[in-house]
Amino acid sequence: MSQLISTEAALKAYHDMLLIRRFEERAAQLYGMGLIAGFCHLYIGQEAIVVGIQSVLKSGDSVITAYREHGHMLVCGMDPKGVMAELTGRKDGYSKGKGGSMHMFSREKNFYGGHGIVGAQVPIGTGLAFAHKYKKDQGVCIAYMGDGASNQGQVYESYNMAALWKLPVVYIIENNKYGMGTSVERSSAGPNYYGRGQGWNIPGEKVDGMELLDIIEASKRAVEHARSGKGPYILELDTYRYRGHSMSDPAKYRSKDEVEGIKINRDPIDHFKTYMTKILKITEDQVKVIENEIKTVVLEAVEFAKASPEPDLSELYTDILKEEVPFA
Amino acid sequence: MLNSNHLEIPMLPHPLTSMTVREALRDAMTEEMHRDLTVFLLGEEVAEYNGAYKVSQGLLDTFGPERVIDTPITEHGFAGLGVGAAFGGLRPIIEFMTFNFSMQAIDQIINSAAKTLYMSGGQMGCPIVFRGPNGAASRVGAQHSHCFASWYAHCPGLKVISPYSAGDAKALLKAAIRDPNPVIFLEHELLYGHHFDDVSTDPEHILPIGKAYIRRKGKDVTLTAFSMMVGKALEAAEILADLGIEAEVIDLRSLRPLDVETITQSVMKTNRLVSIEESWPFAGIGSEIAALMMEQAFDYLDAPVVRVTGADVPMPYAANLESLALPQVDTIVEAAKKVCYRS
Repeated sequence: MSQLISTEAALKAYHDMLLIRRFEERAAQLYGMGLIAGFCHLYIGQEAIVVGIQSVLKSGDSVITAYREHGHMLVCGMDPKGVMAELTGRKDGYSKGKGGSMHMFSREKNFYGGHGIVGAQVPIGTGLAFAHKYKKDQGVCIAYMGDGASNQGQVYESYNMAALWKLPVVYIIENNKYGMGTSVERSSAGPNYYGRGQGWNIPGEKVDGMELLDIIEASKRAVEHARSGKGPYILELDTYRYRGHSMSDPAKYRSKDEVEGIKINRDPIDHFKTYMTKILKITEDQVKVIENEIKTVVLEAVEFAKASPEPDLSELYTDILKEEVPFA
Repeated sequence: MLNSNHLEIPMLPHPLTSMTVREALRDAMTEEMHRDLTVFLLGEEVAEYNGAYKVSQGLLDTFGPERVIDTPITEHGFAGLGVGAAFGGLRPIIEFMTFNFSMQAIDQIINSAAKTLYMSGGQMGCPIVFRGPNGAASRVGAQHSHCFASWYAHCPGLKVISPYSAGDAKALLKAAIRDPNPVIFLEHELLYGHHFDDVSTDPEHILPIGKAYIRRKGKDVTLTAFSMMVGKALEAAEILADLGIEAEVIDLRSLRPLDVETITQSVMKTNRLVSIEESWPFAGIGSEIAALMMEQAFDYLDAPVVRVTGADVPMPYAANLESLALPQVDTIVEAAKKVCYRS
């Protein structure tokens, strides 16, 4: 294997993937302790996807996804403290505790949510791309969805408009094999999500979503295509989620062997760590430094989220409408 | 022009002119698109066809295809695209050919446009206008005659406007476009061709959203209505006047926020209330007004509130049945007589 990534970029990617995993493990713990409630969808197993794709974006590009979005936010540069505090429903969360696990946003980091209706983020992302083109700001929108969302009608309405108007959008399909408890074999006639833009001449590729370097290479092609004015691009990432659909899902629809097999043979973080140490000659000590740093960051986030108070009761009736009076 | 004798012309410091509601809406969009480059119009047949009902006549020629955009027939998709464009810093005007088709898109309107400001703790405003004809036109059957006023007015995070006159249509559409929130703007196909001489020529004249307008003063009974039904209420008021009943006609103009203060003040004066709307009775705008008056003016009511509404049926096609299904002037007159204990 030749060197496909700089040492510096590799260390950052490893950091980001591990941060997601450790953050999510803590979130699961907090859920078990009753500090996080409701729905909580973990990204464990899929970390390489968002880390790879985000690494090729430029400042000003916009990102949108559904509700399995903790990892996306961390890699967009949002503060783990604010994310964790939102998970615990506290006032210092990104949505002041009013959004929860599925609904966080950051205008500053161009992260547009955080959406709870499967597939609804896809037309919205297409609209963000429309805005990039309208404003001629050279930006690209990355619209993430899962294999489940890929069967929503509005996804195809979006493909059509994006291709018709040559919008700068990359559709990322994170195929983790299950839409909640329904496997892709049971939900989808025609398993090739990447090819579903064919009718509109939207190029699509299937990529191993557990191999960071493959993801980076493919996303460079996809983003460049969109940014150059050629219109949308579809990437299907072959991945796997280790945990249930949400924290309340015991995942009885798949075997323990299936899950363990992926963890042993395809884990994205283990694989990349092997590449780092073998090819890039990064030492165990360097890796240890990163791991310790993440441990601290995540613990600080947890402590912050626990210490932050619940939102003031007066917040119930705020943020319903923007009250700038246009005719003053 | 309807009932010009009793139509209260707003006192404006600048010249008023006469035009149709259709032209007033077009002028509102034209002026706002000149004023703000982020405003654009998107919908089915809005550009090359000049609008299914010709509301966007000439806009493509004026602003070009980057700002006046024909869509495929894909309401769910283009409503969501509009929401994304609003998140991305633009101010879309999304036209539904009729609001009947907005039901395809209602998830994006409620879940994405209306709720995101709250869900984001105030970060993510969605300045967008969804506009188009609403309610029953004429002989178009059950799937094209639906009034969505109470559906949208139910939802926090939205503003809902339904104007009657051309002047209000223009000034309120301009207010909607400038508003930083998602606004549902309910027009009426049967009003598009009506002339009104209350249209301001001042491009900076806009009306506050949430203020009703007393179109006719009276002391005996309050009639509340919006959109097409304002005209019917004014006609009914003429007949009632001949019977010695002075009706006060309130044009609600905005349904969310609703001008509860103006209705309450009127009811405290007249002690009687008839609400009029095209839509179905159950959980309608009239139901809400009745409940509000029970809460706010119970001791002032001399008779139970009466709701005049569309019949509780899908809209029939046959002319006689359609007419029976919609509120008519004589039904309003009868309802007013009833609350005045005159029959």
